[in-house]
Amino acid sequence: MGMQINNMFRTAALALTIAGLAACSSTSDTEEMPMETNDTAAADAAAAAARAEQQRLERERMEREREEQAALNTTVFYFDFDVAEFQPSDRETLIVHARNLASNPNRRVRLEGHADERGTREYNLALGERRANSIRDFLIVNGASRSQLETVSYGEEQPAVRGQTEDAYRQNRRVEIRPAG
Amino acid sequence: MKRHSLLVLVLTWFFSATIHAAELNIEITRGVDNPIPVAVVPFAWEGDGMLDEDIAQIIGNNLEQVGEFRALSRANMLSMPREEREVHYRDWRILAQQYLVVGKISRVPGGQMVQVQWEFFDINRERKVLGEVLTGSVSQLRDIAHEISDVVYQEITGRRGAFATKIMYVSAEGAIGDTTYRLHYADYDGRRAQVLLESREPIMSPAWSPDGSQIAYVSFETDLPRIYIQDLATGQRRQVTNFPGINSSPVWSPDGSKLAMVLSKDGSPDVYVLDLATDQLMQITDHPRAETEPAWTLDSQNVLFTSDRTGQPQIYQADLSGGFPERLTFDCFYCAKAQFLPDGVNMVHVRRATRQDNTYSIAILNMETGRVITLTDTALDESPSVAPNGSMIMYGTTFNGRGVLDAVSIDGRVKFRLPSPQGDVREPSWSPYLN
Repeated sequence: MGMQINNMFRTAALALTIAGLAACSSTSDTEEMPMETNDTAAADAAAAAARAEQQRLERERMEREREEQAALNTTVFYFDFDVAEFQPSDRETLIVHARNLASNPNRRVRLEGHADERGTREYNLALGERRANSIRDFLIVNGASRSQLETVSYGEEQPAVRGQTEDAYRQNRRVEIRPAG
Repeated sequence: MKRHSLLVLVLTWFFSATIHAAELNIEITRGVDNPIPVAVVPFAWEGDGMLDEDIAQIIGNNLEQVGEFRALSRANMLSMPREEREVHYRDWRILAQQYLVVGKISRVPGGQMVQVQWEFFDINRERKVLGEVLTGSVSQLRDIAHEISDVVYQEITGRRGAFATKIMYVSAEGAIGDTTYRLHYADYDGRRAQVLLESREPIMSPAWSPDGSQIAYVSFETDLPRIYIQDLATGQRRQVTNFPGINSSPVWSPDGSKLAMVLSKDGSPDVYVLDLATDQLMQITDHPRAETEPAWTLDSQNVLFTSDRTGQPQIYQADLSGGFPERLTFDCFYCAKAQFLPDGVNMVHVRRATRQDNTYSIAILNMETGRVITLTDTALDESPSVAPNGSMIMYGTTFNGRGVLDAVSIDGRVKFRLPSPQGDVREPSWSPYLN
């Protein structure tokens, strides 16, 4: 794939050069136009292909950036009841966070762990910390540095949502990644 | 006049505190079947104007609130005696009353002090049980009423009363993201509430020193949970801990020399004991799982704690010398936040019986018989705190989606609720005897 793209790049570049030279030499001599139609068409096609390819690559790059930004914008990770391990579906997102931290060594974040209100408050403080730590450890394994990460548990003291429904509980069992102060 | 000195309470330190908290009112949700009938006649005021407090009403409420008594309605009283010579036993016997309290209040000449003379009668035996004179300022009338209630309670039940005790609790008020947390101080019945601390960050785990002069709590005011000790008389406070991770659950040893706490500085929460005289920190548990919620045994030699080392939270006991902890609970899915009653035998705790049942109740485990009594039937009960006489347990629960404080008698028969008009209230902490 890489090779192919490379070759296409070279072809496109060559075609652009020829087209450029042709444009220069042709000036405004309309007589010569029919003679050069084939060559010019080929060059135009090659240029268009090259542009399309460039645009495609640019789109891909922007898509990647967009996805990365979306991952970085995802800062709340939810947990199952009484479980301290994050959900497998959050793996890729957390890897993006870890890589971003690795490439921005001055960036520091705070991992805030929370529990739902069921059970005792002080035990829930421990549970919130365990959740924050599970994400911290995963970020470190994937490239973040220990010194970039601060963890704190709020237990059940700062719910995201009030109420005694399963849905409220689900939204409250979480770790939030925030910029460190 | 021993009682005189007891009543000279130093209340002035509260004048600087913000008076903000709405008072909690007691509702009896469940009582005993055959309460003891007591008549408390309105105390006669022999001075000018009106008094702010109705001592007889306070005494009657106190006795009713513990559920074992029923106070006679004033409308049904046939006479209103103020002192012994006006008491006709027949008036009370035909109303089926067992005990009678009468009294009168007069101004002490040349001052702001008042004098309360009160007497207590046994109707069946037709005799005066006791009588005394109490002196205090007008602002201490509630204290005087609680003192009298304690005496009446003790005379009738043989147990020391806890009406003159205090509570602390935490409230959270305001929208998500705009919450104000407050630490409150109030009479045991929620009256005369004062704010001790107000913060935009959570406040947790208020605890009393055994002499009632100091309190400890966890505050997130630095964005991290840290333990503070505050002197009640002066209001002075100091940060006691600043270790990485969780710093939580401060609890004074009964002898006052040590503070048990939870620190996660070495990777996971463990129980530590700080010697308050030497500042030496001693690690009590050392386990990669969570060890938390320490509570002392009466002899200050052992610490109860919650650990999930087997998967789910269970209650353990460790001695200060560092022996292998002993597991105390086996028959529950979730047993946590244990504390011994003053008898040293019964252990109150939060219990979820099975994974399926999904309710957290306040329960008592008798360590000698292994018998468990579940005291509450609401779903989200937590933070039990025991009255110093062991008669009642106050705890946090949820009612209509809000945190409220409930109290239940040790046999589970009597309950009362201290609802708050707004916000969530939680984490009650009952004071030791303060007199």
